[in-house]
Amino acid sequence: MADTQATAAPQKDERVREMSAARKALIRPELGAICGAILVFMFFVGIAGDSGMFAPEGIINWGTVAAQFAIIAVGACLLMIAGEFDLSVGSMIGFSGVIIALMTVQWGFPAWFGILVAFALALSIGALNGYLVIKTGLPSFIVTLAFLYILRGLTIFISIATTRKTIIGGVREAAEGDPLAWLFGGKVFSGLFVWLADLGIVGKFVAGPKAGQPVVEGIPMLMIWAIVLIVIGHILLTRTRFGNWIFASGGDAQAARYVGVPVNRVKILMFMFSAFCATIFATCQVMEFGSAAADRGLLKEFEAIISVVIGGALLTGGYGSVIGAALGALIFGVVQQGLFFAGVESSLFRVFLGVILLLAVILNTYIRRMITGER
Amino acid sequence: MKKTLIAMAAAAVAFTGLSAPASADGERFVLVSHAPDSDSWWNTIKNAISVAGDQMGVEVEYRNPPTGDLADMARIIEQASASNPDGIIATIADFDVLSGPLSNAVAKGIPVITINSGTQEQSKQLGALMHVGQPEYDAGKGAGEKAKAAGVTNFLCVNHYITNPASVERCQGYADALGVELGGQMIDSGQDPQEIKSKVMAYLQGNPDTNGVLTLGPTSAHPTLAALDEMGKSGAVHFGTFDLSGEIAEAIKSDVIAFAIDQQPYLQGYLPVVILTNLARYGVVPGNSINSGPGFVTKANIALVEKYAGEYR
Repeated sequence: MADTQATAAPQKDERVREMSAARKALIRPELGAICGAILVFMFFVGIAGDSGMFAPEGIINWGTVAAQFAIIAVGACLLMIAGEFDLSVGSMIGFSGVIIALMTVQWGFPAWFGILVAFALALSIGALNGYLVIKTGLPSFIVTLAFLYILRGLTIFISIATTRKTIIGGVREAAEGDPLAWLFGGKVFSGLFVWLADLGIVGKFVAGPKAGQPVVEGIPMLMIWAIVLIVIGHILLTRTRFGNWIFASGGDAQAARYVGVPVNRVKILMFMFSAFCATIFATCQVMEFGSAAADRGLLKEFEAIISVVIGGALLTGGYGSVIGAALGALIFGVVQQGLFFAGVESSLFRVFLGVILLLAVILNTYIRRMITGER
Repeated sequence: MKKTLIAMAAAAVAFTGLSAPASADGERFVLVSHAPDSDSWWNTIKNAISVAGDQMGVEVEYRNPPTGDLADMARIIEQASASNPDGIIATIADFDVLSGPLSNAVAKGIPVITINSGTQEQSKQLGALMHVGQPEYDAGKGAGEKAKAAGVTNFLCVNHYITNPASVERCQGYADALGVELGGQMIDSGQDPQEIKSKVMAYLQGNPDTNGVLTLGPTSAHPTLAALDEMGKSGAVHFGTFDLSGEIAEAIKSDVIAFAIDQQPYLQGYLPVVILTNLARYGVVPGNSINSGPGFVTKANIALVEKYAGEYR
């Protein structure tokens, strides 16, 4: 008896349930987001197909907005899978931006140094967030809510105290030719768009000093950052041991500790990653617009969480995917900008946005429950 | 599942129905403001563009960043120019942020008129046709000169939109006219009426020698009125404000508010639509920027203004 079992075991392990490839594909967390994205695209091609929304300039426009959401959503997603929230993301965006602007414009440091200082500060605040959550045992909701106010107030205070203004301009000039700044504010593949414009696929400017140049100058670095973060986040989560630790920390922290997962370290690192993503967002924004303001990033923390939730992650942790969060960001970006192209009256616009978000999440949850048989 | 899909389909139908504009043949203009949703002042501009739109037979869309985030506003302008309208009307709430998107729209061949915030020089620099607005620093200074004449020595500037540089310029102009350091006399009041009221009361209790108050619009003026009333200081403090509303008009009549600076927002919404329409149809356009304000509304001329406060004034 013992012999037969030993030989049969390698082929068929009784602990592993057989599952068809189709079913495996269906229980992925991002399935709802994929369906949602397809529906949203069909919807807008239907009602705004000829409004310029799907012309190159329009695509860059909603693509940029979606990329913005994606950058903070990746951080929020990994943190949420690890079982925590970060409500200080929006304030962190304003804070990091003002730090960069103060360092470069007010105090005359080179832009690369200002950027590094902002990242260092943001990472330490992220670590502090995580440390406080772990040490006090308070919900991360409360701790990061506190930092939402602390950082916003601090940002307004330091910008008024040092410059008497809440918007600090002139960063673009200060960052001219900087070795690090172009990584955040630049545009790539501009040659491609000149070529496309010559072919007539992309429009050209007709007046002023830019006449003759294509209306789309290139792919903004913001989008490149979004793609890089999505790819890194996805690989980290699904292909590495650390990824498993993230799932385990968010699923059942105590059980994870019993099997040797350094839960505290994982959570603190994820808080730092969330702050890192917010700072990337802030740096891109400061470099693109050339100024930082104390009210930048207002409500962005919720937009990040919404993207992640549309993307199929559970608010309770332990379940979710980076691809899903990225699709959630895409849906959010397309809906937000698309309603404008469709000419929807602006006060109703947010009603529609809310309705679409709600529908997407319901659809998402419904699909997941139906397929996984979860109650 | 099926129900959800049906609900989505129903929503889709509802959207399509609502999104079809009424006047299909008229020109299409987009007005982009910097105001957050909570700012009621912009209602006058919305009324103005709807009147002008009806009169001219054109379609005017109003857009704004919901939270007042100016980087979001830049995206909205990019979006507006991607949708190829016949003209864009926008505020220059922050030149650094908005100069890129606005000058790109100009370079695309879209006529741009700037309104409200920003200066005529900035407007020219962007390549806009003109600026329709009120020079903020000068308006603040004008208010300060009136206050100085009334004997104000210590003032409070209630700033409910501290993140907009134009708002600080108003307080700065007022302070400069009085010859007083701005510093702590300008408070960041936030937008919530209860908070504004409490902050004003706290400031006045802490600084009892304050004899002048400047508010930057109805958002801060109404709670300040309530605060003065509760402290029994109504009429005892020289009170000037920007912009008009029903309550402000009442307070002017009862001598609580000395004057309101009217920048005539109606003109800021109305004129650009008319000018852009005429440009699109006949190629005619005025050669200069237009000052829509400042106009001082006092007890002497209040009757004329009062009827339309909050709607067209």
